[in-house]
Amino acid sequence: MAETSADNLKTTPLYERHVAANGRMVPFGGYSLPVQYPSGIMTEHKWTREQAGLFDVSHMGPSFLTLSNPSGDAEADHAAVAALIEPLICGDIAGLKPGNIRYTLLLNDQGGTIDDLMVGRSPLFGGALYIVVNAGTKEGDFVLIEAAAGDKAKLMRADADNALLALQGPEAVNVIAQIAPGAVELSFMQYAPFEWGGERLIISRAGYTGEDGFEILVSAANAPKLWDALLADDRVKPIGLGARDSLRLEAGLPLYGHDLNETISPTEADLGFAVSNRRREAADFPGASRILAEREGKLSRIRVGLIVEGAPAREGAEILDAAGAAIGFVTSGGFAPSLGKAIALGFVPPAHATHGTKLQVSVRGRAQPAEVVPTPFVPHRYFRKPKAS
Amino acid sequence: MTTKFTPDHEYIRVEGSTGIVGITPYAQEALGDIVFVELPAVGKVLKKGDEAAVVESVKAASEIYAPVSGTVTEVNQELSGNPGLINADPEATGWIYKIAIADAGEIDGLLDDAAYADLTK
Repeated sequence: MAETSADNLKTTPLYERHVAANGRMVPFGGYSLPVQYPSGIMTEHKWTREQAGLFDVSHMGPSFLTLSNPSGDAEADHAAVAALIEPLICGDIAGLKPGNIRYTLLLNDQGGTIDDLMVGRSPLFGGALYIVVNAGTKEGDFVLIEAAAGDKAKLMRADADNALLALQGPEAVNVIAQIAPGAVELSFMQYAPFEWGGERLIISRAGYTGEDGFEILVSAANAPKLWDALLADDRVKPIGLGARDSLRLEAGLPLYGHDLNETISPTEADLGFAVSNRRREAADFPGASRILAEREGKLSRIRVGLIVEGAPAREGAEILDAAGAAIGFVTSGGFAPSLGKAIALGFVPPAHATHGTKLQVSVRGRAQPAEVVPTPFVPHRYFRKPKAS
Repeated sequence: MTTKFTPDHEYIRVEGSTGIVGITPYAQEALGDIVFVELPAVGKVLKKGDEAAVVESVKAASEIYAPVSGTVTEVNQELSGNPGLINADPEATGWIYKIAIADAGEIDGLLDDAAYADLTK
């Protein structure tokens, strides 16, 4: 059993709901959260791919960064708040349209990744950003963001007084239509406020499963009521952290602390898309010299997807070339319920990263065949509205 | 025919000089959906406490230890294609391997029904 005593763990506003549903509670990121419900990870995983899964992700770090003295000119105010956060990250925030969200990376001066996060531009006000960071890194992230904001902007944490729910899967859109009909108009990576029973919800069309879906920020007081309302729909079942991990792995999405850390650059993590063109041309982000050199080919390792024959290769398993020489390590690995086989993410030298390359992984001292394949392992099914032209 | 248990949640059903080894219903419930089983080689000589097999759930790998010393005489090949048998029927069709018991005295050192039930309550 885990050594962490339950007393040291924080709980989310939905803790009683998880316990009542016989969720198997485990410590995760300092919180007590369900790894699975009685139906089990496999069933929960498949349900999310076919119907709609409801996740409690209240351990994450939602927050709002708002200018202290906005001018009232929405464009100028957005430029001002973007200029505060951009020195920490590699994304183009200045160029975001109202209501749009960007996936970006918080970097150290060596170009290593401090965290991966979402930054959204308020659809309503100039000079306001919605920022969601990871649970395990949120304290440090918020210190960095507050320091960067100085007295020009105020960071309001929204993790203590709220719950964050994720509704994911092909039926999510039909379920959310019953709660906040306007949310179906959102495109992937957009967010807006909605009203539900006199209460404000912040809904973004995003997630961590590769499926279409939504993340909903709701006050702690109303979170259980919203949880119940969503679960009253037959298409929705509660899903634990175990299936959240297997779903994101199939979607080829990195997990901070495993596939990303302070030594791994965006280029190495194959997240080059997160380095926005404007920032790249200006070379004005932390670790730019390393990251730009890596883009020019000075790259010693890159993240790849592997299909593994036989037993799952877990985090830390050695990756070998066809001749048996050690060339890298698995950073996330497990069984893919949608594919019925073992998959992994890991880092290898670029010479071994071509799709179709035959490699091996060492599991319990035995070499098993593995092949480099494109990610996502299971195609993403995000909803993107056709652009009006 | 007696069945004995280890504190690591293996069972051994003793039939003459042979033991049939698997994991208990409690263990399969705790592990969740089993997706892969690594079986020992027939003929492998095990000491009590040696790693004999590995069962993998979606999330993690768990070692199955030898409850007694002996030699593996047969393995449940059905598990290669259908590892979920361990979840569905751990005490019968979900058995893992058979062992020729080297020292019957070791059986006496294992937990009986009541002691195991006590451990898992």
